[in-house]
Amino acid sequence: MTSLSDDPADEQWLDDQAGRIVRPYVMTRGRTQPSGGKIDLITLVVTMKSVTSAEPGLGPEHHTIVKLCERPLSVAEIAAHLDLPAGTVRVLLGDLVDRGFVAIQEPAREMDVLDLETYKAVLNGLRTL
Amino acid sequence: MDSGRSNRDVGRVKLPTAIKILIAGGFGAGKTTMVGSVSETRPLRTEETLTDRGVGVDDLAGVEAKKTTTVAMDFGRISIGDAHVLYLFGTPGQERFWFVWDELALGAMGAVVIADTRRLADCFPSVDYFERRGTPFVVAVNCFEGATRFDLDEIRMALDLSPDIPVVLCDARQKESSKKVLVTLVEHAMETRASTPAQAPATR
Repeated sequence: MTSLSDDPADEQWLDDQAGRIVRPYVMTRGRTQPSGGKIDLITLVVTMKSVTSAEPGLGPEHHTIVKLCERPLSVAEIAAHLDLPAGTVRVLLGDLVDRGFVAIQEPAREMDVLDLETYKAVLNGLRTL
Repeated sequence: MDSGRSNRDVGRVKLPTAIKILIAGGFGAGKTTMVGSVSETRPLRTEETLTDRGVGVDDLAGVEAKKTTTVAMDFGRISIGDAHVLYLFGTPGQERFWFVWDELALGAMGAVVIADTRRLADCFPSVDYFERRGTPFVVAVNCFEGATRFDLDEIRMALDLSPDIPVVLCDARQKESSKKVLVTLVEHAMETRASTPAQAPATR
């Protein structure tokens, strides 16, 4: 179980009165596309190694992502937790993948979903919810 | 037949398989309510930038004016063991955003179209869209208080659904009811895929 409320406030550049101090695309240094490949909303992300505060070129959002993804999370969840657009999160993830801090996995495509075992597993899981 | 692989191995890490199901329907039909009632956490919200394919816009030869639209979506998560994670995405309710679904629908296991009998026409665009795209879907008739009760066959007729599309009654607020809708959808999707194994995605 995770909840939005336990987001460490000191990780975010926010001002109570004025809202976000840093615009999303400042965090990505103007980039709108991640450095590699297509990252879907349900692409799962998992932390591979922890990041030290001295790591050059990484901002507080990068650090938060590395902390969040100790348990695998989707891009959509990371975006919701950070309160950033999914597009911004994609760019940040690109940086982290390049440096080996996180690994990402492409979600199953339509062809993969054809796998009958997947349907059966989902059905069984839903029935026992 | 090969035994199923539940985990997809990428490099050194094993991650669950992420599966997407769309919850569609008109504004206020109960999409977010359903996402919330059956998910393991309260619905989260994400903003996504999507590309307008320009369908329905005057065709100006040589002018490739692709626009992007930012839409907010509510979504929820259902963990199924260690091997699968199901994500339910409420599609944007505004009809004018229907074109964005191509990016959302890509790779989806299926879709639930929530129908509100007080405004049945609101779910026409969703039904049309999933039919055309070949995405397996079910129609869930959300039983609002004060709404006229319709016979399921009447609704099927009003929506001009093919006989194989399941139509079920539901109460989107109730976990058990929403769960039943999802089970119906996955069963239907499984049958659809099994009967058309070589089917390629309907869109380019």
